[in-house]
Amino acid sequence: MDNVIQLQKKLVDYKTSLFNEGILDDQFTQLQQLQDESNPDFVVEVVSLFFKDSERLFDELTKTLDQQNIDFNRLDAHVHQLKGSSSSIGAQRVQRVCILFRNYCEGRNIEECLKCLQQLKREYYFVKNKLETLFKLEKQIMEAGGTIPVQ
Amino acid sequence: MGVAAANPEFHVLAVDDSIIDRKLIERLLKTSSYQVTTVDSGSKALEFLTTNPNNHQEVEVNLVITDYCMPGMTGYDLLKKIKESSSLRNIPVVIMSSENVPSRISRCLEEGAEEFFLKPVQLSDLNKLRPHILKTKIKHQKQQVQGEAKQEEEEEEEKSEFESPTQQEQQQRQPQQPDNNKRKAAMEEGLSTDRTTRPRYNDIATVV
Repeated sequence: MDNVIQLQKKLVDYKTSLFNEGILDDQFTQLQQLQDESNPDFVVEVVSLFFKDSERLFDELTKTLDQQNIDFNRLDAHVHQLKGSSSSIGAQRVQRVCILFRNYCEGRNIEECLKCLQQLKREYYFVKNKLETLFKLEKQIMEAGGTIPVQ
Repeated sequence: MGVAAANPEFHVLAVDDSIIDRKLIERLLKTSSYQVTTVDSGSKALEFLTTNPNNHQEVEVNLVITDYCMPGMTGYDLLKKIKESSSLRNIPVVIMSSENVPSRISRCLEEGAEEFFLKPVQLSDLNKLRPHILKTKIKHQKQQVQGEAKQEEEEEEEKSEFESPTQQEQQQRQPQQPDNNKRKAAMEEGLSTDRTTRPRYNDIATVV
């Protein structure tokens, strides 16, 4: 059982660091509180939907920015969607870049929009990596017969 | 048809074009013990509401909670359509939005929305739903228990209480509503204090 305790501590420390670094915010905690025995995979399911939807939006954003005449309204609409979904799962840094991005859409600033898209992708893959690591840790604990420590 | 049980089941129709938010609101509502149907557009919501009209016992929608920003029919458009419909207007409607735009909020409340929630919606927000649902449920029960003659009498009463889409009555609306102050308070207190205590309140600055 030592292993389980070690893993649990590792998980708690890892989670804490994600919050401290502003990668995740309180909304992620809200999601975890909605998970229970009757819905044991809720967080993974919602986050998976977020991953899938975000990648779809990145394709759309790339396509839209590739056009001769950029449709800034369309661009803004997509960023707005991503802002909403990142906010819903607590991906704070992604959400913040979205806000910046929307300002540039409003200002019709192509160069800054392109930069924002790159920044957005960076933040997204960063949080994706972190969350996947988190879920792996949780799985390890479960497989070792332990329970996920409640925040 | 029966009298309501001690803990009646309430059915909420949730409308949101975001698949993530639909999953989230569904979980929130189920955790709060509501029956939930989710749809991804205002037009599908209307379809659902009119295919299963509220005067049928089997499927009764006790509350509609809808996102504001949706392609095609917005949450505001949906709210209007519901309030303009004689068969649907008694259904309480709640609007959700990721953006804190005071003019948007007041517009929705004036159009008849019971509450306006800022996203992401949390469990504590859903506690505010119950009184609105109960108000309507009790009204329905009254109508069932009493006879037809009485029913007509009450519908007359209801018409003068509830908002009507006509201009004239809209002007009279303000003083007649008993909970107008509550709504205003909700706007001033509930919205500003609730939300500003939350750590991640960073998108007000971008709102013009």
